Amino acid sequence: MSGLVQRAVANMPVRGRSLWERENVLGSLMLTPAVLYIVLLVGFPFVFAIYLALTDATVGSPVGSFVGLDNFREIIQSRGFRTALKNTFIFTFSSQAIILILANALSMALQRDFRGKGLVTFLILLPWVAPVSLTTISWLWIFHSRFSLIDWFLRQLNLLEGNLFWLGRPDLAMIAIIIVHVWRMFPFATVILLAGHSALPKDVLESAQVDGAGFWRIFFQIRLPLLLPIMSVAVLFSTVFTFSDMTVVYVLTRGGPFDTTHVLSSMAYFRGIFGGNLSVGAAVSLFLFPVLLIAAILILRIARRAEVT
Amino acid sequence: MQASMAVRLRKSGLRIGHALVLLVFVLFTATPFVWMLITSFKHDSDLYNPDNNPLWFNEPPTLAHWEYVFHRTPFLRWLANTTIVGLAVIVITLALALPAAYSLSRLLGRWGERLGIAIFLVYLVPPTLLFIPMARVISSLQLQNTLWSLIVVYPTITVPFSTWLLMGFFKSIPRDLEEAAMIDGCSRLGALARVILPLAVPGIITVIIFSFTLAAQEFIYGLTFVTSTAVKTVSVGVPQDMVRGDIFFWGPLMGSAFLASVPVAILYYLVLDRFIAGFTTAGAFK
Repeated sequence: MSGLVQRAVANMPVRGRSLWERENVLGSLMLTPAVLYIVLLVGFPFVFAIYLALTDATVGSPVGSFVGLDNFREIIQSRGFRTALKNTFIFTFSSQAIILILANALSMALQRDFRGKGLVTFLILLPWVAPVSLTTISWLWIFHSRFSLIDWFLRQLNLLEGNLFWLGRPDLAMIAIIIVHVWRMFPFATVILLAGHSALPKDVLESAQVDGAGFWRIFFQIRLPLLLPIMSVAVLFSTVFTFSDMTVVYVLTRGGPFDTTHVLSSMAYFRGIFGGNLSVGAAVSLFLFPVLLIAAILILRIARRAEVT
Repeated sequence: MQASMAVRLRKSGLRIGHALVLLVFVLFTATPFVWMLITSFKHDSDLYNPDNNPLWFNEPPTLAHWEYVFHRTPFLRWLANTTIVGLAVIVITLALALPAAYSLSRLLGRWGERLGIAIFLVYLVPPTLLFIPMARVISSLQLQNTLWSLIVVYPTITVPFSTWLLMGFFKSIPRDLEEAAMIDGCSRLGALARVILPLAVPGIITVIIFSFTLAAQEFIYGLTFVTSTAVKTVSVGVPQDMVRGDIFFWGPLMGSAFLASVPVAILYYLVLDRFIAGFTTAGAFK
């Protein structure tokens, strides 16, 4: 009986509130435009990418016929692809390792207050907050074959005669690309770590200091373990951004010299957009997906663990 | 006496070490910008002499490169294009993200939370994964080589992240406030407009700046969709159309790269803390 009454009350329109005012109806209505937009312009292109990769579509004949996994087979066997795949991993992981060290050192150095801290922080953050396609041009100039800034310094120190030809030699070109990736991403990792430092429990740090623990001991035994989750978040985001980036390679080397510095995304661009081979380009791009998926899963896992504690 | 001396020495030693560490970092991050600026004011004869100190003026400074940038390149046109795209992206982003974020954080309960995380993860989908099918979509909409192509596509990056940021802001506003307004006779939408939105202004400003700076920074979609010089944004036009085969273009190139990147950097820096909060809360959402 009372159950019936309750149900009747629940079904009764609340006074002054129409259907529009019901939370889930209104909520769905407000959410729909954004979800529709994302489905149409992210979801659909993603499915379309898979479709293209399974056909032989080109810019000339955009509706290709189904060829199964032929594109993937062809790509995996090509030497250019294997170089690009290897480079993508080399660039990403070596830059992440350096970023991790630099970001930890810098975030510790920024723990202390000093005059001009705001300006110093701004100057350090510049590479991350400025448009990367423009700032990488300055590195193009720094690595110039004749007027390289680095070469000039080395010549002043009598360590070098002539020029190194940074972007003309495969090994140096790869180092140059890693330097720019580090330069651009370590400020981002640093600010995320700074946020982590400021969230550390002050009383724990203080009592460790009172108990006589030194700087390194506090760093390695207290700060580092507590910072581990947020550090992983910083590295995961930075990995995703570096792994999928093609701007640095495009501006610095365009994949040269002799196609030795291509990454997956730049190869996808040159085959798919520049060369007009849509299906192969889409297939190369799709190789980015597994790493992105793994990163997303790891980020969610860290989040869930943070939720439990 | 001696002990206090040692302590003081140790302290000043630490301070100098600390300053040195920071100096090295600042040199690493800021030198490219300083060199851009200096290059843009140097005579060609000064620039293209490998024995000259590249970081200083061996001949008096000149404005020639800047005149070239403003009078003989489409730089101003690119700035105007960037502004148009940026403003349009702001409008679309706010129109989609504000209601979505409110709905996810206030109206849809537990499901809103989960959907919010899913939408945030869309932000991780990079342009390089989608640019090829997206180019087909843009050309079938007949938008290739127009500013509209960028206006339509850039919100795929700004909407997910902005929705996530705004969700955080809405969650920090106590529910009591809007419930009080609703008891006083406001409808829910009325309470949203009169009570919640004014309190969310810092979040809205963050979204505005984030959307604008994204339009000024994005390179990959711009490179893919737009081929005519006249419809490029600044971050696409400068690296593509001002890097030329001969060597005598570095002055104008560095000048325009510096001038276009530093204002964007300053804008971005203003909201950086809130922007970073978006990432750190993604690592610890409740």
